Amino acid sequence: MTLLDIHEPGQTPLPHAGERGLAVGIDLGTTNSVVAIARESVAEVLRDEHGDGLVPSVVFYGDDGQVIVGKDAQTRFADNPDAVVSSIKRLMGRGAADLSGVSGKLPYTIDPATAEGGMVKVRVGGRARSPVEISADILRALKARAEAALGQTVERAVITVPAYFDDAARTATRDAARVAGLEVLRLVNEPTAAALAYGLDKGVEGLYAIYDLGGGTFDLSLLRLEKGVFQVLATGGDAALGGDDFDRALAERLSVDLDSPGAVRRVLLAARAAKEKLTSADSVELLTRTVSREDFEAAIAPLVKRTADICVRVLSDAGIGDEAVRGVVLVGGSTRVPAVRRAVERVFGKAPLSDIDPDEVVAVGAALQAEALTSGSDTLLLDVTPLSLGIETMGGIVEKVIPRNTPIPVTVGQEFTTYQDGQSAMAIHVVQGERELAPDCRSLARFELRGIPPMTAGAARIRVTFSVDADGLLTVAAEEKTTGVVQRVEVKPTYGLDEDELADMIYDSLEHAEDDMRRRLLQEARVEAQRLVHAIDAALVSDGDLLDGAERGALDQARGRVLANVSGEDREAINAAAQALEELSKSFAERRMDRGIRDALAGVSVDRLESRMGN
Amino acid sequence: MQTPMCWSCGAPVEAAASFCAACQAVQPPGQLDHFARLGLGRGYTVDLAALDRAYFALQRRLHPDRFVRKQPRERAISQQQAAALNEAYETLKHPIRRARYLAELMDVDLPGDGRTIDDPQLLMEAMEAREALAEAGTVAEVQALERRSRDESDAAIAALRELFTRADQAGIRRAILRLAYLDKFVEEARARRLNLGSAGP
Repeated sequence: MTLLDIHEPGQTPLPHAGERGLAVGIDLGTTNSVVAIARESVAEVLRDEHGDGLVPSVVFYGDDGQVIVGKDAQTRFADNPDAVVSSIKRLMGRGAADLSGVSGKLPYTIDPATAEGGMVKVRVGGRARSPVEISADILRALKARAEAALGQTVERAVITVPAYFDDAARTATRDAARVAGLEVLRLVNEPTAAALAYGLDKGVEGLYAIYDLGGGTFDLSLLRLEKGVFQVLATGGDAALGGDDFDRALAERLSVDLDSPGAVRRVLLAARAAKEKLTSADSVELLTRTVSREDFEAAIAPLVKRTADICVRVLSDAGIGDEAVRGVVLVGGSTRVPAVRRAVERVFGKAPLSDIDPDEVVAVGAALQAEALTSGSDTLLLDVTPLSLGIETMGGIVEKVIPRNTPIPVTVGQEFTTYQDGQSAMAIHVVQGERELAPDCRSLARFELRGIPPMTAGAARIRVTFSVDADGLLTVAAEEKTTGVVQRVEVKPTYGLDEDELADMIYDSLEHAEDDMRRRLLQEARVEAQRLVHAIDAALVSDGDLLDGAERGALDQARGRVLANVSGEDREAINAAAQALEELSKSFAERRMDRGIRDALAGVSVDRLESRMGN
Repeated sequence: MQTPMCWSCGAPVEAAASFCAACQAVQPPGQLDHFARLGLGRGYTVDLAALDRAYFALQRRLHPDRFVRKQPRERAISQQQAAALNEAYETLKHPIRRARYLAELMDVDLPGDGRTIDDPQLLMEAMEAREALAEAGTVAEVQALERRSRDESDAAIAALRELFTRADQAGIRRAILRLAYLDKFVEEARARRLNLGSAGP
């Protein structure tokens, strides 16, 4: 397993690093960030002089090289909109191609010079800056806050990421920490960190659901908490669903004039303020109109229902009934909305917990994990992969290699074979997602395995190995191993999933399950038919002399009909033509068998049952 | 056979040991079967609570989080150990995966992909179930089909215990293929049910 050595994440720690400085927990959020420290199992959020623990994830870049993070950066936005950047987390690990279609709605200016295949950059404060660089500035500010509060240097941290964050976004987060002078002890998923806070701080045990609704994202995780063990059973979410959407829904209800970007921003800010007041007030004034809590709740009802549907699906994924869930923990500022709390209570049949401030609970959990890692505690955190990983096979069909909700770290090898006689190269396309066909999933990496020794179709054995480490980072390797000619290619995916895309994918897969199945069956019928034609072609080359002229003519005709139908959309026609060809080739196959060549056509795959049903 | 040596200090290491007795360095996972890796007796009946206990206890010592302060080599080996443990745990935890795995250890002749149906009777049963699913138009109908298949699956799993005890290879083979089909059917019914459910009011 040298490949694990090669990709060992990180940077050799200094000898006796454990004795150097304190380790903090950091919630690096889209809207706000928080830093906390745990000592002797007691966590404390590090606050400013006003007692505020939240640091807005906003950065101001001055002409003189000055960098300001947090509230002071926020206040400069009105006078210097081009020098202030916010919500940079959405761009972590994302390439230019990821942004087509959404860039118009983003609160930043994308630098046009973004390198092909690389991460995008934004133009702010007169130059292009990468999301890694900007996140590093936020992390530096958090590190400085911690050092000021603790009176000593801080060099190590546990940093949280959304559960559905992909490999590239995780790598980018790690890189940002390194730029800021922080060694990342571990990347922890945000809902898991919240569970840690409840488990370690409040001594909670049993099966818990973590409902995490932030400014722009939604995560739901199911965990088993037991004597210092935090075992994630299933996770899911929707990245295009959060408090920002509530603001927009409320603004749209007013149907005021939204003719300029400035107007949009003003209305959204007013809507956010109104939303916050409606948590306790029955009605508020919004842009000269009175809005009642009922109006607001009607506006957000479809959004709240989406989170409830996701809860039901994750429970179903884990094979768990709501009665088995002992408690539901609320995380994220948007869970302050009373309608959200009621919806959570309805789904799970019990009142949710929010003993720990929903804005701070993730950082508290991260701090506890940082202490656990550095002090050698017994706490064990067992997380899972949020999305399935697979490779594209013939006809664009995805072969899942690691299904979602598989415990990490994990290493899985799967063998694939060649499709044509003498095939010497094989393209390997790594994808992430739940859909059946590759174009519907997210592409993570492509590479080509060359130099496969010439063999008959199906004889080569190409082993593709996927490894996901405890931080959720992926490594892929491939080798051909029949002839002793071992070839190894290793791939680190470079940049990855659009967060929205990612969460959408899981839920799309269920919505499109039937449609996908139909397309998959069509594709499989094509592949099967082509495989049959290839097999017969190969047989004709080696044993064509077994047939007389008339037999050969009939076979060629049937073969032609298969090829004519394969390009069409009619699965039944493809199957019928293939079946006819197979039928016709039977006596040929029997004669070949007599020659001692085994017949490989036996059995019907479960996956292909339906293709024989004729429905 | 040569005694394996510790990669770190060169001292001899016992075959199944996770740690070197001399220098305490973590050792590569080696070629243990899943039952041995978790310290459980080989057999189809597994006490799930005991499985959890064994798994948690081993992960507590071998998970990469225990090696944050160690050198990269040891961290990489701990990752291999943790991955091997996860695979063993997941395989033994799920009754169908456990059956397939145990059947492989017993050299039961299973079709290569484990999902190919070559029993005409089962093929017929499967086709009829699919037809019923395709025709089911309400959540309740789908749920009924799903429940029936789950029940059949549970019954088949219960029957497997006896088959494994008797080492009835043909019976094991038949049961595993049937379970593979039932499992896939339940999964499809579930997708259809969730789909119908979220489309509703």
